[in-house]
Amino acid sequence: MNPVNYLYLAALLFTIGATGVLIRRNAIVVFMCIELMLNACNLAFVTFSRMHGNLDGQIIAFFTMVVAAAEVVVGLAIIVSLFRTRHSASVDDASLMKL
Amino acid sequence: MTTQLAAYTTSTGEAFQFWVLGTVAVIGALCTVFMKKAVHSALCLAGTMIVLAVFYLANGAYFLGVVQIVVYTGAIMMLFLFVVMLVGVTAADSLKETIKGQRWLALLCGVGFGVLLFAGLGNASLKEFAGTGQANANGNVEGLASLIFTKYVFAFEITGALLITAAVGAMVLTHRERTERAKTQRELAEQRVREGKYVPPLPAPGVYARHNAVDIAGLLPDGTPSELTVSKTLRERGQIRDVSAEALNDLRALEQRAQERLERAAIEPATFKRPEEASK
Repeated sequence: MNPVNYLYLAALLFTIGATGVLIRRNAIVVFMCIELMLNACNLAFVTFSRMHGNLDGQIIAFFTMVVAAAEVVVGLAIIVSLFRTRHSASVDDASLMKL
Repeated sequence: MTTQLAAYTTSTGEAFQFWVLGTVAVIGALCTVFMKKAVHSALCLAGTMIVLAVFYLANGAYFLGVVQIVVYTGAIMMLFLFVVMLVGVTAADSLKETIKGQRWLALLCGVGFGVLLFAGLGNASLKEFAGTGQANANGNVEGLASLIFTKYVFAFEITGALLITAAVGAMVLTHRERTERAKTQRELAEQRVREGKYVPPLPAPGVYARHNAVDIAGLLPDGTPSELTVSKTLRERGQIRDVSAEALNDLRALEQRAQERLERAAIEPATFKRPEEASK
């Protein structure tokens, strides 16, 4: 097996995550799809690190993880406060600025 | 020769692991997108993340593999589950389209995007795989540490600032200042007596000792559910299970059986005749 297959898997996972973001309307599930996309990117970074034989790719993946953790904390806080004011986690309900 | 071969292909064991676990990862990702309930999505995503951790380990990223399990499946997914529980586990997504044809267009966009990505990967000249053996010679963690604290030290420090900002932001977003003092139990009781409304304790939920779950409203004598019997939290979330129709059907079936047992079925033709008699 060629290690390039890891990149194909990462691309497939990223595509699935992106489609999920477009299709789903529950804010939590949309958020999970974003996490899936971040993870796919990490897999690509780790594979690139193996390809080039140095550890820079793994460092970038590590930073991605840290940023993802910070993002999850803030995003979930936003979802919780949205749920408190609107009693629903659907992204369709937050349409106050729509004409 | 063998080292060159190792650069282009992986061992059979790794190939086997890739095909088996890769399938699991893709199925998990698809389930994350298409499961109706958020809890199921979260669990499927956790499975996918564990598989990805195994792939990191296989690619020589030993530190990241462990961090993936500890941080992602351990901390982030549990945070997700926590929020899912807070929002309500039973809250399923509505499947009604608000924009006509949006789902199909989104699927089309996704497929197009995937085709673009795959075509790009197919055309890239990814011939040589150096492998992480050289880079990991002094240990993976040591190698990462020496890079983080020399080449990427500023990024590392900025990451620290980002984490602190995120923690403060989350606290600011979810913290709610109490504008008035919470009422004590005594004050609540006095208020109830003063208003003269629902002075006795509220009725208990459940129906005829058959369903005694807290989310099932008790039935009034005419068979309609009484919202008073269910706790305020469940009422606001709309998580009341209504069994009044079932209960009424059961009651009707019971009455019919009793009539059959008592051989009173003959009454029914009599009531049937009444309109004819009336017409005569």
